[in-house]
Amino acid sequence: MSSDFYRELILDYYRNPRNFGKLDPHDIDAKDSNPLCGDEVEMQVKVSPDKKIEEIKFVGKGCAISQASASMLTEMAKGKPLEWVKGLSRDDIQKMLGTPDLGPARIKCAMLSVKVLKTGVYGFLGSEYVEPSD
Amino acid sequence: MLESTKTVDVERVRSDFPILGRKVNGKRLVYLDNAATTQKPKAVIDCLVDYYSRYNANIHRGVHQLSIEATEAFEGARKKVARFVNAPSPQEVVFTRGTTESINLVRYAWGAKYIRSGDLIALTIMEHHSNIVPWQLLAHEKGAKIEYVRLTDDGRIDYSEYDRVLALHPSLVAFTQCSNVLGTINDVQKMCDMAREAGATTLVDAAQSVPHMAVDVQRIGCDFLAFSGHKMLGPTGIGALYGKRELLSSMEPFQGGGDMIKEVHMEGAKWNDIPYKFEAGTSNIADAIGLGAAIDYLDALGMDNVRRHEIELVEYAFEKMTRIPNLKIYGPMNPEGRGGVISFNLADIHPHDMASILDEEGVAIRSGHHCAQPLMELLNVPGTSRASFYVYNSKADIDAFIGALLKAKSVFCV
Repeated sequence: MSSDFYRELILDYYRNPRNFGKLDPHDIDAKDSNPLCGDEVEMQVKVSPDKKIEEIKFVGKGCAISQASASMLTEMAKGKPLEWVKGLSRDDIQKMLGTPDLGPARIKCAMLSVKVLKTGVYGFLGSEYVEPSD
Repeated sequence: MLESTKTVDVERVRSDFPILGRKVNGKRLVYLDNAATTQKPKAVIDCLVDYYSRYNANIHRGVHQLSIEATEAFEGARKKVARFVNAPSPQEVVFTRGTTESINLVRYAWGAKYIRSGDLIALTIMEHHSNIVPWQLLAHEKGAKIEYVRLTDDGRIDYSEYDRVLALHPSLVAFTQCSNVLGTINDVQKMCDMAREAGATTLVDAAQSVPHMAVDVQRIGCDFLAFSGHKMLGPTGIGALYGKRELLSSMEPFQGGGDMIKEVHMEGAKWNDIPYKFEAGTSNIADAIGLGAAIDYLDALGMDNVRRHEIELVEYAFEKMTRIPNLKIYGPMNPEGRGGVISFNLADIHPHDMASILDEEGVAIRSGHHCAQPLMELLNVPGTSRASFYVYNSKADIDAFIGALLKAKSVFCV
């Protein structure tokens, strides 16, 4: 793991999460947890008629990486087409967090929110999201 | 700064462990995850190489020289294990893969015969999942019930609770000798005495005690006692179950296969004597012999010295940790009443963030629920950070650990 990945950015989002809360009404509601860490993330999305993310909020608890990642992802995803979510990669998330290499022990924390959002989006579009193996 | 404690020459001990020379993230490795698994001395590593290099062969019934040597070494290891926990006979020591398999062996081989619908199995809330889930499976299968003994606020057995549960006449009472989270050392002798008076069979999870203190199964008076080799300087994949002769003899086999039978006919089979009745298939020969070497190493140090050393380390760590504001330590605060396991949380820093920051400093700790989720619920935390000590840890290790804690404190501004 690269050192000093607890940048101010991550700690700021952990302490003051943006888009934290529930969204009612919503079109997408998905949640998941990481059994290893006990991290939890739930995301709710309002979808526009042209299949874009009109509103997005999250609730959750867990480590700084998982919660900052979820909050930053909501900001990044707002206004994007649902199809955009499908293409989100590990590199995208590490770039978003400003962490070049989280390492195998912590990447799952960062990717939990992506897994949740993809699960919700795939479900909304009528298919099932299968998480790729490592 | 004192490297050694009064009881163990840490510098000399450390030189026996090759891994302690490596660096992690450019820093000296400070290994404080001993409750999960311990490092191995050169004597144990060499013992494995020696077995595979000189006398690797299948054991029992072999007539050739290699098989005779391997059998002698394997059964010699069983004798060492028996002597280490003061079992009356090596026949009362069954080799298993570890504590989990030892407990599951009792769940199948004893539980199949002795647990019936409506029976009660008593556990404590400080149990590791490996001493909870096998009993839940057995209870589900048999229609039995489980009752948990609650704890005092500082994480000890609440004896009024223990009385309450024993009054319900459990068939089995299973409890840990040392909590892998709280560090609490239970008075298992007293608990076994009380359980026996209530007519219950007793099982002691000794995964965190046998490696760290002198354990005497006859003094404890338990019916079963389970422990793992890899938590006591031995290889992974080997552990033991002690069981009283009359119980082991009356139990059903665990798995079927070779070595566990005396005679096999087309219509049935006659079980082998104990302990072989429970050791179907080719045993983990090399690692059993390696466990014997680990016991030799611990014997040479002396288990009372190992225990004293850990008490000194806990005293030293407590002195420093209690000075850090907003740091909460779980479990009893008297070093004599607990093992070398310290679970803690610092302000609102999530245990995984804590472990990551410590790792950057070369300090290996564990974080999370420690396979004790019922206890986490009781403590009302998602998890804890846990530092756990062993014979090769020094006060310098604790200084490095405290330094890393202070770094985490400053990173998170708490």
